[in-house]
Amino acid sequence: MTITLNHYLIVSFLLFSIGLLGVLVRRNFLTVLMSVELMMNAVNLNLIAFSRRLSDLTGQVFSVFVITIAAGEAAIGLALTISLFRQRKTLNIEEADTMRG
Amino acid sequence: MRDLIWLIPLFPLAGFLVNGLVYLIGACPPRRDLLHDPHGDQPAAESAKDRGHPHAHMHAETHPKFQKLHSLVGVGSVALSVLFAFGAIFDIGLSKLAAGASDIVTLYRWIPLGVNESIGQVPGKAAEWFVDAAFRLDSLSALMIAFVTFVGFLIHVYSIGYMGHDLGYGRYFAYLNLFMFSMLVLVLASNFLLMFVGWEGVGLCSYLLIGYDYHKKFAADAGKKAFVVNRIGDFGFILGIFGVFALFGTLDFGKVFSAAAANPSAYVPYLTLVCLCLFVGACGKSAQFPLHVWLPDAMAGPTPVSALIHAATMVTAGVYMVARCNVLFRLAPDAMLVVAVIGGFTALFSATIGLAQNDIKKVLAYSTVSQLGYMFLACGVGAFVAGMFHVTTHAFFKACLFLGSGSVIHALAGEQDLRKMGGLSFKIRTTYATFLIATFAIAGAPLLAGFFSKDAILAAVFESHFAQAPWLGKTLWAAALFTAGLTAFYMFRLVSLTFWGPFRGTVEQEAEIHESPRTMTVPLIILAFLSIVGGYVGVPIVRGGDKIGEFLSPILLPLAGQHVAHAHAEVATELLLMAISVAAATLGFLLAFFWYARVNGKVPARIAMAVPGIYRAVANKYYVDELYEAVFVEGLAKEGGRALWDVDARFVDLIPNGAAAVTRGLSWIASAFDQYVVDGLVNGLANTLQAGFQLFRRAQTGRVQNYALVMGAGLFCVVMAYLLFR
Repeated sequence: MTITLNHYLIVSFLLFSIGLLGVLVRRNFLTVLMSVELMMNAVNLNLIAFSRRLSDLTGQVFSVFVITIAAGEAAIGLALTISLFRQRKTLNIEEADTMRG
Repeated sequence: MRDLIWLIPLFPLAGFLVNGLVYLIGACPPRRDLLHDPHGDQPAAESAKDRGHPHAHMHAETHPKFQKLHSLVGVGSVALSVLFAFGAIFDIGLSKLAAGASDIVTLYRWIPLGVNESIGQVPGKAAEWFVDAAFRLDSLSALMIAFVTFVGFLIHVYSIGYMGHDLGYGRYFAYLNLFMFSMLVLVLASNFLLMFVGWEGVGLCSYLLIGYDYHKKFAADAGKKAFVVNRIGDFGFILGIFGVFALFGTLDFGKVFSAAAANPSAYVPYLTLVCLCLFVGACGKSAQFPLHVWLPDAMAGPTPVSALIHAATMVTAGVYMVARCNVLFRLAPDAMLVVAVIGGFTALFSATIGLAQNDIKKVLAYSTVSQLGYMFLACGVGAFVAGMFHVTTHAFFKACLFLGSGSVIHALAGEQDLRKMGGLSFKIRTTYATFLIATFAIAGAPLLAGFFSKDAILAAVFESHFAQAPWLGKTLWAAALFTAGLTAFYMFRLVSLTFWGPFRGTVEQEAEIHESPRTMTVPLIILAFLSIVGGYVGVPIVRGGDKIGEFLSPILLPLAGQHVAHAHAEVATELLLMAISVAAATLGFLLAFFWYARVNGKVPARIAMAVPGIYRAVANKYYVDELYEAVFVEGLAKEGGRALWDVDARFVDLIPNGAAAVTRGLSWIASAFDQYVVDGLVNGLANTLQAGFQLFRRAQTGRVQNYALVMGAGLFCVVMAYLLFR
């Protein structure tokens, strides 16, 4: 069985959906961050798959950019995690609702 | 000498300043332990015993070493006044004064009021308004200063003896000198306003001297009473002065009277009112009904003061003023009628009160009021000369009587009650003799001073004719004649009770009785002598005998358009009138003699028992004081005050209270507006918005995951819509 573009897209879709679900339903801040990483990697996979299919390197370049930015995002996210834990002694994001109207 | 008449009042003023300053500076410091007087409120008779003894209550005392100085300055200044007064009179000459000569010395322009254009157009009115400080010596003021200075001098001398032991000696002489100054200013003034200055001055001195023993409540009260009652009169007087100024544009006697005499018809309509106002002033000063109440109380002052101020000089100021303004009064027949009726009524009224008084000085006080009534009666019927004649003779014999009573009081160490006297005739002979002479003079015994002046008045009243009421002249004459009889009666009652019969006081008092020192008896002798001869300046019937009438004739300016009617009675009528008045006096004398000297008061006691109501009314002075107390003090002052308070509380206070209520209401409305409308708008807007946005508020959960879910759902919907409806 040849692996076609559609297979990549399905995997990418599943990864993105799992990541999105994790972001929306998980209460642990760390898990939410990890789910965000998952979603970005799904995007990367999508970009590379289309780059390969269209023989255009722009997609791959973009995915390298995304990985770079994801590193920065992870750093900031972990810093926020530590800061949040110091303030609240918990990582439950339902507790961090100071901005509620 | 005649240019120096301004010095006559000035000498006593200097004496006042010296005496007053020496007294103030040289007085002993007050004795602290005696400053508060626990017995200040004593009845008159008892406290008068203190006189002659050291006044422990005095706040300051005349230092003994200054007593001689006070005597010298006090008496000497008045002596200089006497010299200058007589000098000025003889310098002008009696005959020239009688011919109408007058001497006016203007010291300076006192009140310049500037030029009045509108008034200047009216003929007879002065264009320039001013008041000068000017003195005027004419026949009337000459007569006045002659007896004022001379009687005043005698009483000053008398005071040396009478007040000798008094610790307020310096104060006494300072007041007495100030009185002489004021009286002489009053008499010599050349215009109404300067006269008013003297008028107020004598009122002040009268107050000071009545309340001389100011630590005794009755004396201080009497002084206050005199001052207040006089103030009522002074108010009338100053209204009269305003009237004169409004009518004539000047206050100078000469100008006012010549203008009125030259052109009577221009002023007649207003003169009745002006004259009545002036007469109110005269009533106050000369103690005429209904303002007579202060004079009997004024006897709280030292006896020489009663003699000088409340008998001989000051109280005659009213008569003098009316005589001075005779031109105005003659133009106002209605005012003359009032003057005559008030004078006649006062004469009779106070003579009856005098019948039942038991205080020696009170009897003399009511006698004075009565005699002043006589003088006003004379003025009221147009006999101004007779009035002034009686003023003069009365000054002599009444001063003699008062000083004599002072001598009696002195002899009895302060006793003033007639019921505790008697039998003094052999113990104090000089006093007795002079007192008897003066009594005969006041009673109108033939050929003594009072006979001539009283007869002149009675004749004038008999001949008088009032166009308004033809019967009035004879009625007044009958009243005056009856008063003459009463006068003789109460005066001889006084003599009987004082000098005749047995002594009714205590044994100690009897042992102490002594004749007064020579400083007191010599003035008595001189005054008694004058009481004998004083009347010979006005002998009626005999040609050229009425010297005082000729002397004073210049003051009676002839009025234009009115013929001078010298209604001289027939000689026979005049003789008959004399006989009747002498008969009336003799009747009074005989009744008094038999009832009091012989039967020792049994008949009067029976009369008093028979008509107790009338007796009580007379003895209590017809309850005039009580009436005033009820009407003015209780009624007007207290009840009126209460009524005014009520009015204030009920009506006047409505204004501030109402304003407060309105303000309170307005501010309540404003506050409610603020609270409910303004705040309501603001809060209402906020509340509305708050309620309105309650729904949207829910969206802001503060949970990022919710936002992300919504975002995701939104994105999904958008993409789905794109895919489906492409």
